[in-house]
Amino acid sequence: MVFFSYLFSGISLGSVYAIIALGYTMVYGIAKMLNFAHGDIIMVGGYICYCSMSYLGLPVLLSVLLSMAVCTVLGVVIEGLAYKPLRQASSLAVLITAIGVSYFLQNAAQLIWGVTPKIFTSVASFPMPGDLNSLGLSSEAVVTIASCLIIMVALTLFVNKTKMGKAMRACSEDKGAAQLMGINVNKTISLTFAIGSALAAVAGVLLCSNYNTLIPTTGSMPGIKAFTAAVFGGIGSIPGAFLGGLLLGIIESMAKAYISTQLANAIVFAVLIVVLLVKPTGLLGKAVPEKV
Amino acid sequence: MKKLKTTTKIDFATYAGVTLAFLLVYALQQGGSLTNAMKSWLVPICSFIVMAVSLNLVVGISGELSLGHAGFMSVGAFSGIVTAMSLTNAIPSGPVRLLLAILVGAVFAAVTGVIVGVPVLRLRGDYLAIVTLAFGQIIKDLINCLIVGYDSHGLHIIFNLDGLRSVSDLHMEETGVAIIKGAQGAVGVPKLSSFFAGYLLVMVALVIVLNLVRSRTGRAIMAIRDNRIAAESVGINVTKYRLIAFVTSAALAGAAGALFGLNYGGLLSSRFDFNTSILVLVYVVLGGLGNIWGSVIAATVLYILPEALRGFQDYRMLLYAVVLILVMLATNNEQLKALLGRLIPKRKGAKSNG
Repeated sequence: MVFFSYLFSGISLGSVYAIIALGYTMVYGIAKMLNFAHGDIIMVGGYICYCSMSYLGLPVLLSVLLSMAVCTVLGVVIEGLAYKPLRQASSLAVLITAIGVSYFLQNAAQLIWGVTPKIFTSVASFPMPGDLNSLGLSSEAVVTIASCLIIMVALTLFVNKTKMGKAMRACSEDKGAAQLMGINVNKTISLTFAIGSALAAVAGVLLCSNYNTLIPTTGSMPGIKAFTAAVFGGIGSIPGAFLGGLLLGIIESMAKAYISTQLANAIVFAVLIVVLLVKPTGLLGKAVPEKV
Repeated sequence: MKKLKTTTKIDFATYAGVTLAFLLVYALQQGGSLTNAMKSWLVPICSFIVMAVSLNLVVGISGELSLGHAGFMSVGAFSGIVTAMSLTNAIPSGPVRLLLAILVGAVFAAVTGVIVGVPVLRLRGDYLAIVTLAFGQIIKDLINCLIVGYDSHGLHIIFNLDGLRSVSDLHMEETGVAIIKGAQGAVGVPKLSSFFAGYLLVMVALVIVLNLVRSRTGRAIMAIRDNRIAAESVGINVTKYRLIAFVTSAALAGAAGALFGLNYGGLLSSRFDFNTSILVLVYVVLGGLGNIWGSVIAATVLYILPEALRGFQDYRMLLYAVVLILVMLATNNEQLKALLGRLIPKRKGAKSNG
């Protein structure tokens, strides 16, 4: 039953990617920017949760909530200070600024917490029933998958059923028209960043629970992978990010198990390239016809 | 005498400026006023100038966002190192081997550029960006699996797919030399690169890129950037011209990689990761998209900046990040732009490039 063990670890990894990718895709959909600092928010989320558990001795749930709160504030502050003045600038200028923010967060974390890896005690460790354990399903995997499903459902409901969600959809379609209809575009964008950053904090805690170590660059590679997942599923689409993240995690886990550990990342990226060549807007992305 | 065009004047000024800077630094180096640390910057600066100029051809002139430029540098660096080391006995002269290594690096990177470019250039915008990023990662991982050695029978190459193989699996003779040891990277590389060679490469890159941009081909490439559909409708072959820009850029990046690789005793494939691609992109954007001399200056200044900030020790990358963000905010500030526009009166007929 080794296969199931790889499958479960793939789904669990994929769920983490999916949560991060949801943040990426929402920000992209609404602000049309590639937020390369998103991966580093994950890392900050992990560190805050670590500190609150080890130094403050707060219970697990409170620590996770604290880390979500800090990341939400961080996300909104970054958006207000670094991205908001660049609303009218070229997308490349915003991209470079995002990279600057990413460097800043990584180096600030290095100054505060040092380069030595922190040992992160899992927040989701509880005994599993024996027959599930023998299938290789860990408690972390169960919690990760469950969180991902809950987040996915909640987010879909939020975007489709609430007034704020409607405003978000309107902004991503046409900012000018949305503004004319009385939607506060700046507020909506800030809200998107807040939600994305809170999700990143959850992803950070889950990621660290699965791998147990934490360094200032923890977020970089999962950030890039989640970005890949978002594009894979069709960037800007919420179900696409979920599907893309999940598939990417499973492919990575299977490639590691059956083909080559060394080339697992390369295989993930190769699959992405093939998918984009066949379907240039990703799995669930809408093809927007070009206006002449 | 016929009056020179403004663009021609700018091009000659660029050549003259680079040459003057080279002569000045060379004189300082001979006069002994450069510290050893400063001397070690010279060749990498030249490599990164070539990288920035070549990436500007893709991002600025051709208008495609590429996030995997370090991949081509990597291909050039490792193929250049293999060439230079395996020819040690056949060609004793260092500069000749360096020249060959740079040429081989450029050719290998150009071939990779064609392999990557043909599928990638079907895509647009951010999708194109993510695929170039993916190719950059794939190239890095593939080179990480490569084990190459050389003995009297020629080159031995194996592919370390399972991560269990080592140099002994090459089955070389006693006198065989390992060149690339998988994840440990290239080892025992001769330091063939020199500042003069770097200067020559920068000049060659500038001549190639500037002449390409000012030619009929260059105008076609820029027409595609500005309006693809309009360009297509006047009979410009879009794929062909985009590919010309992409492959030329890849070849130059390969040459820069070979120069860079032969400047150090050893080299890891992880040296050319996503961050390196981003670093070069930062040079291009801060230097100005499509502005070749801007890339030269930005690469030089931004390479020296983190090194010069070493006095601040742990805070240096933090400061670098802050400077980066502030520069982006300042250059895109409408009020600041308006202020500068009033301070510097525009010449008659000068194009505004807002």
